Amino acid sequence: MAEPIISFERVNKWYGNDFHVLRDIDLVVAAGERIVVCGPSGSGKSTLIRCINRLEDHQEGRIVVTGIELSDDVKAIEQVRRQVGMVFQQFNLFPHLTVLENLTLAPMWVGKTPRKQAEENAMQQLERVKIAEQANKYPLQLSGGQQQRVAIARALCLTPKIMLFDEPTSALDPEMIKEVLDVMIELANQGITMICVTHEMGFAKAVADRVIFMDQGQIVEQNTPHEFFDRPQNERTKDFLSKILGS
Amino acid sequence: MAGSVFLPIPARPAPVKTEGVLPWMRANLFGNWVNSLVTALIAVAIGYAASAFLSWGLVNAVFAPSADQCQAARGSGACWGVIVEKFRIIIFGRYPYAEQWRPEIGTILLLGLLIMSCIRRFWKPWLVPAWIVVLFAFFSLMGGGRLGLSDVGSDQWGGLPLTIMLATLSIVFAYPLAILVALGRMSTLPAIRSLCIIYVELIRGVPLISVLFMASFMFPLFLPVGKSPDVLLRVLVGITLFSAAYLAEVVRGGLQAIPKGQVESSQSLGLTYWQTQRKIVLPQALAMVVPGIVNSFIAIFKDTSLVTIVSLYELTGAMGLALNSEADWRPFKIEGYLFITLIYFVFCFSMSRYSLWIEHQVGRSKTR
Ligand SMILES: Nc1ncnc2c1ncn2[C@@H]1O[C@H](COP(=O)(O)OP(=O)(O)OP(=O)(O)O)[C@@H](O)[C@H]1O
Ligand SMILES: [Mg+2]
Repeated sequence: MAEPIISFERVNKWYGNDFHVLRDIDLVVAAGERIVVCGPSGSGKSTLIRCINRLEDHQEGRIVVTGIELSDDVKAIEQVRRQVGMVFQQFNLFPHLTVLENLTLAPMWVGKTPRKQAEENAMQQLERVKIAEQANKYPLQLSGGQQQRVAIARALCLTPKIMLFDEPTSALDPEMIKEVLDVMIELANQGITMICVTHEMGFAKAVADRVIFMDQGQIVEQNTPHEFFDRPQNERTKDFLSKILGS
Repeated sequence: MAGSVFLPIPARPAPVKTEGVLPWMRANLFGNWVNSLVTALIAVAIGYAASAFLSWGLVNAVFAPSADQCQAARGSGACWGVIVEKFRIIIFGRYPYAEQWRPEIGTILLLGLLIMSCIRRFWKPWLVPAWIVVLFAFFSLMGGGRLGLSDVGSDQWGGLPLTIMLATLSIVFAYPLAILVALGRMSTLPAIRSLCIIYVELIRGVPLISVLFMASFMFPLFLPVGKSPDVLLRVLVGITLFSAAYLAEVVRGGLQAIPKGQVESSQSLGLTYWQTQRKIVLPQALAMVVPGIVNSFIAIFKDTSLVTIVSLYELTGAMGLALNSEADWRPFKIEGYLFITLIYFVFCFSMSRYSLWIEHQVGRSKTR
């Protein structure tokens, strides 16, 4: 396996004093790997991926991302965040900025890119998610699917090495899910490291190198999509799969 | 039936809204006999009050600055002559009569720049040096002592220039301070948070009058004689600290309304804390609380009238000074107060209209 780009070593996390949300997480992700994380609600999937760009801190264990260990060192965290793009369930676009401004904000302020260059790059990213004609609208004037594609483009503007997706299609109407998944599949085919929390099993089968199943703060099972769906090992996994696949 | 057929309903115009004054009056004022009766009663009351005011304020009023005529008209007509007679003292307070062109020019400069700063077209970087130059010019003109201008101690400053200067400067300084305090109160650092909470709660626990008393009388007691800063400066600091505490709470209301996801997505893009506040949180939070902020500004403007109690004769104080100094004019306080009421109203009303314009401006990006 290639050099790991993300590694979790016996990571434990608590919310407050008594809620043990992540338990002994060990996880190694190779550069270019595409991983789908699934599991029941409240199992800690969001918490797990939010630890990767330290939107959440962990209390025990080590997390190393692109060679930088996550700690309270603010500079190190900012460095990691520059290389890790994140897409949220609720899009979280900045409503007071136009689509184009949403995209150029980080390159201009974090990457110190001149405005003109940042705008050119932003337009390229918008082309990539097929929404360039909306550049001067405000986010709330767009449909959910369009907003999520803008959010993906925004995360791509800093040319991250890793993309995190936290249920990117869960807040969308069915007819918009496909347009977002198409963009994600295209992204996956371009070789970026991707960790995606989703229950879109079609997507998992199509692009994932590995599927991780979480329950009660633990990684219960991980395998290739083929093995995972056809020969789940664990009772919990079988139970979960039968529920979401409805068979 | 061979399957149902889709029958499109042709679009038709919305029902006509009855526009115009007459239909509106008929519907709202004279809808039934109770409404008509109430309308008639109120109309009579308004008419009576208006005619009484007009006959007092206009028809029987004395406009000449003559104390005798005013005395004669007392009870039946207003004495606007008192304004004519005492105009300079009401507007400039105890400022030396021959030098009153100095506060006049200074105030015009200050107001001019203030109005320009409110207009979007002038929101350019040169505004900052312009403010420094104008403030320097204002204080040079007011205080003198250089460029051949005679020295005028700040205890002699007064009237409208003092009101405008105190209000402008305390707003200009209180606003950024309030933002910092509001951010501090939301901070995750316990030391900073408690400091800000203590500041806000302490200030809110005392009336402005006590703050002013402390600034002007008690503060110097703790300093070596002659070493304490100018009373005007102390009072200015007092008003600023006082207003900032209230303003901070208004701003905090806006900060709390920003969804956590906004901060998270900004952080995930690698923006630092200050970049996140400046580019994402504050623009949205402040836009949300424009009415509350302007409310505080208006309150600050009127609160400056309290500095009279520490012997700084701003507009209200100067008015009292003007009328009390001569027994002949002393009875005409109502006219005097109406006059300065008008001045206060012009300023406060402008601020509230400006607030509406700002709300309109920031509302444009929200269009769904
Ligand atoms: N800030 C927080 N403080 C306390 N508890 C939290 C916090 N955030 C999440 N939790 C709890 O931690 C558990 C795991 O949360 P997490 O969001 O990681 O779950 P999830 O697997 O993403 O679930 P879902 O599929 O519903 O998004 C949940 O029980 C949740 O209630
Ligand atoms: Mg989640």
